[in-house]
Amino acid sequence: MDVSIALILLQDGIVNGAIYALLGMALVLVFAVTRVIFIPQGEFVTFGALTLAMLVDGRVPGTVYLLPLLGLLVLLLELIKALRSGVWSSLPKVLASCVALPLLLLWATRAYAGPDTSLWVDMLLTLLLVAPMGPMVYRIVYTPLAEASVLVLLIVSVAVHFTLTGLGLIFFGAEGWRTPAFVSGQLELGFMSWSGQSLFVVGTCLVLIVALWLFFGKTLYGRALRATAVNRRGARLVGISTGMSGGLTFTLAAAIGAVSGMLIAPITTVYYDTGFLIGLKGFVGAIIGGLASYPVAAAGSLLVGVLESFSSFWASAYKEVIVFTLIIPVLVWRSFHHRHTDDEE
Amino acid sequence: MIAAKNRIALWVFVAVLAVLPLAGATPEFWITQLNYIGLAALAAMGLMLLTGVAGLTSFGQAAFVGLGAYTTAYLTTKYGASPWLALLVGLLLTGGVAWLVGLITLRLSGHYLPLGTIAWGLSLYYLFGNIEALGEHNGIAGIEPISFFGASLLEGRHIYFLIWVCVLLAAWASSNLLDSRPGRAIRALKSGANMAESMGVDTGKYKIVVFVWAALLASLSGWLYAHMQRTVSPSPFGLHYGIEYLFMVVVGGSGSVWGALLGAALILVIKDQLQNLLPALLHTDANFELIVFGVLMILMLQYASNGLWPLLAGWWSRIIGTAGSRRGLAAPAQAATLAQRARPQAGVPVLEVKDLRKQFGGLVAVNDISFSVRAGEIMGLIGPNGAGKSTTFNLVSGVTPATRGEVRFMGESISGLSARSIATRGVGRTFQHVQLLPTMTVLENVALGAHLRSQVGVFAGALHSDRAREAQLLHEAARQLRRVGLGDYLYEQAGNLALGQQRILEIARALACDPVLLLLDEPAAGLRYKEKQELAQVLEQLRDEGLSILLVEHDMDFVMRLTNHLVVMDFGTKLAEGLPAEIRENPVVLEAYLGGIDDDLPDDIRGAAAAGEGA
Repeated sequence: MDVSIALILLQDGIVNGAIYALLGMALVLVFAVTRVIFIPQGEFVTFGALTLAMLVDGRVPGTVYLLPLLGLLVLLLELIKALRSGVWSSLPKVLASCVALPLLLLWATRAYAGPDTSLWVDMLLTLLLVAPMGPMVYRIVYTPLAEASVLVLLIVSVAVHFTLTGLGLIFFGAEGWRTPAFVSGQLELGFMSWSGQSLFVVGTCLVLIVALWLFFGKTLYGRALRATAVNRRGARLVGISTGMSGGLTFTLAAAIGAVSGMLIAPITTVYYDTGFLIGLKGFVGAIIGGLASYPVAAAGSLLVGVLESFSSFWASAYKEVIVFTLIIPVLVWRSFHHRHTDDEE
Repeated sequence: MIAAKNRIALWVFVAVLAVLPLAGATPEFWITQLNYIGLAALAAMGLMLLTGVAGLTSFGQAAFVGLGAYTTAYLTTKYGASPWLALLVGLLLTGGVAWLVGLITLRLSGHYLPLGTIAWGLSLYYLFGNIEALGEHNGIAGIEPISFFGASLLEGRHIYFLIWVCVLLAAWASSNLLDSRPGRAIRALKSGANMAESMGVDTGKYKIVVFVWAALLASLSGWLYAHMQRTVSPSPFGLHYGIEYLFMVVVGGSGSVWGALLGAALILVIKDQLQNLLPALLHTDANFELIVFGVLMILMLQYASNGLWPLLAGWWSRIIGTAGSRRGLAAPAQAATLAQRARPQAGVPVLEVKDLRKQFGGLVAVNDISFSVRAGEIMGLIGPNGAGKSTTFNLVSGVTPATRGEVRFMGESISGLSARSIATRGVGRTFQHVQLLPTMTVLENVALGAHLRSQVGVFAGALHSDRAREAQLLHEAARQLRRVGLGDYLYEQAGNLALGQQRILEIARALACDPVLLLLDEPAAGLRYKEKQELAQVLEQLRDEGLSILLVEHDMDFVMRLTNHLVVMDFGTKLAEGLPAEIRENPVVLEAYLGGIDDDLPDDIRGAAAAGEGA
């Protein structure tokens, strides 16, 4: 291996690592706020990538039907709740966000989809179609289990992953998709030649990370989420609704998943079940950060990306083995630095 | 009576199982399905112990099944080894790998373990698929069937017997294990690990034990699978199957080995039905069963998170006419008594605390406290709220490490020792917030306290060769319970007792480990007047038997009446020490308790304040 190959590998690693970093941070966020270990994060990556790919191809993506379906379920649950409690005041909002919005998007997408659409509009539409699924999944699956233990939530997450993967197969088909590069051209940066596409990915990730940092540091909602992460009961006592925090967190997680999916779509062929492994690699990064530290999670994800690209060169068959075994030394290291004495449950 | 009816149900089940393949009318498909159920049940049973009982979630069970299957596939096809030898090698290999993986991942509590298992489950799967000697993604074909005393178990109907004998033996051994000394320790892992450590249970060791046990059952399942299928490939050992095993456990219900069997049967039958039914119903080949499975699982966890077995067991006990039938063995009327520790001579210092100090950052919670407890006396540690009593108590019992100072027990320094080593030396304790295993019987809870007084190992427990020693433990537990006045509640679930009784139960549990020194953290809290008097009698009797007791307590009457010696703390510092009568008159103590007496206040308010403080 000479220097130029190493540099190309490094570049590949950084590009993938940046995407894993986004996912890893979303996972840390979801875990901190809701205690959910969000295995289905990868499915939102898939949904984002496939929706964009189909829009670019001039087709109506399956997401437009999936969204009203989920919305309908939420409506049903809310109706049952309203019937039982006799409180109907929250229903207009539910109707707007879970019925009107999905139907509007369905109509708009069907009218819009066709050959030669603008890539940027496609991306925006993708984001609009995928992000609302986050809070819907939260409402349907996790709200009734708000008081369950982390382990129960984890098993439920795996079940959600199964369900969403199955839905992905139905709504997108078994075919693999890949989008053309968003940005063409090459750029010489010192001794390295970067493709415009790589720079775009890394740049977008950086912008998003800064945006998240601003959101959590400077805005009221961001601080509310942080408060919930630190102390759920305390946050509830000062008037931060756990349901609101959960919904907002899942919106962010789904949006980040969709963006990651769109970024990865030109790099690799995405199938209905590709997201799972991508999400898990973000996980490895997040675990390196102990599911608590955002910067370490981001750094860990970069490490995962670079390790993956180098191992795919040296021992491509063992690529996944190497990436997932990375978790073991990390856990060992953590186990020596962490002394857990508290019981579970 | 209940046990007899349960046994009849079990024998009927076994008989039906045995007759099925002999009857020629039984369709081949049933046999195949039952074979698969048996194989899955083996793996799920191990996982039931690991996840349902010990609370350690693993997604990597399928990888251990794979280890067993690949070992035998490789050894029998490459070297023509006997399958029985390969079984042994497979079990050893899996046990070794599990021990190593367990050593690494089980140190971490909570959610790290399942995440770790996902990672190494994936790693092993990809390893199987990429090692050339293991046939990469094609796997290994042409595995010979097992022969048993010359009879080839080639046909489904024949290997069926081997599979189900293995399943029933595994169920028998696993439930034996749960009802033994190591089993009680394993059952304490989920929600009472700290408490168990204070009873001398090496929880780290038992986590690895149950992990290896689960892996061995999985490996056995893999061995059977390889010889039934006669070919292995990586896909059945992937993460999705690991998840499926976990689903079986969740559906079946935690805590019972029969739940695992039920879960395995249900999941496999449903899966098969879905594969037949859905495409016909929906006219597609799409993978709908994935969705149905996911949705079923979510509903299951939302509405019946304890699984189906407890529901079934409830119906069954209603049918046979006994509400709340319970597991567990009766205490024998007679058994050889356990060896007892030599008690020190009365008046010898048992516990000496010298200049003990604990700082939390800048806060000095315990400020250079010194005192000693002598054999055959009850010492009280009292003080207002926030005085540092509980912290002192935790320093002595090894729960929190001291910043400075020394604690000596029977002349030996125990500073810095773990709660477990302190328990081993003969210190029993109770907890301020009662820590019981609510679903275990009162008797079993107390038997856990006697953990250190017997040496029954895992295999003795699983093979039931421990019955005489188990009887000793239960007899001792019953004896301690009768002694503290809980003789009528031996077989009640501990969670059903009133709070006061639960506190007494904790004392019985501490007594069961035959302590020289008893540390009691607010034993009288939540007790009614009569119960307090009875407790005081028990403690006095224990003192007369030469036991030393350190008591942290709020109830003044109780303390004054009972103790030989008192230490009063306030703001982390020792305020006074002496006989109860002296302490009662001590002006510094009075001020700490009642506040500085303000001369401007009318007498009746002062009186009210004093009464409030005493309550």
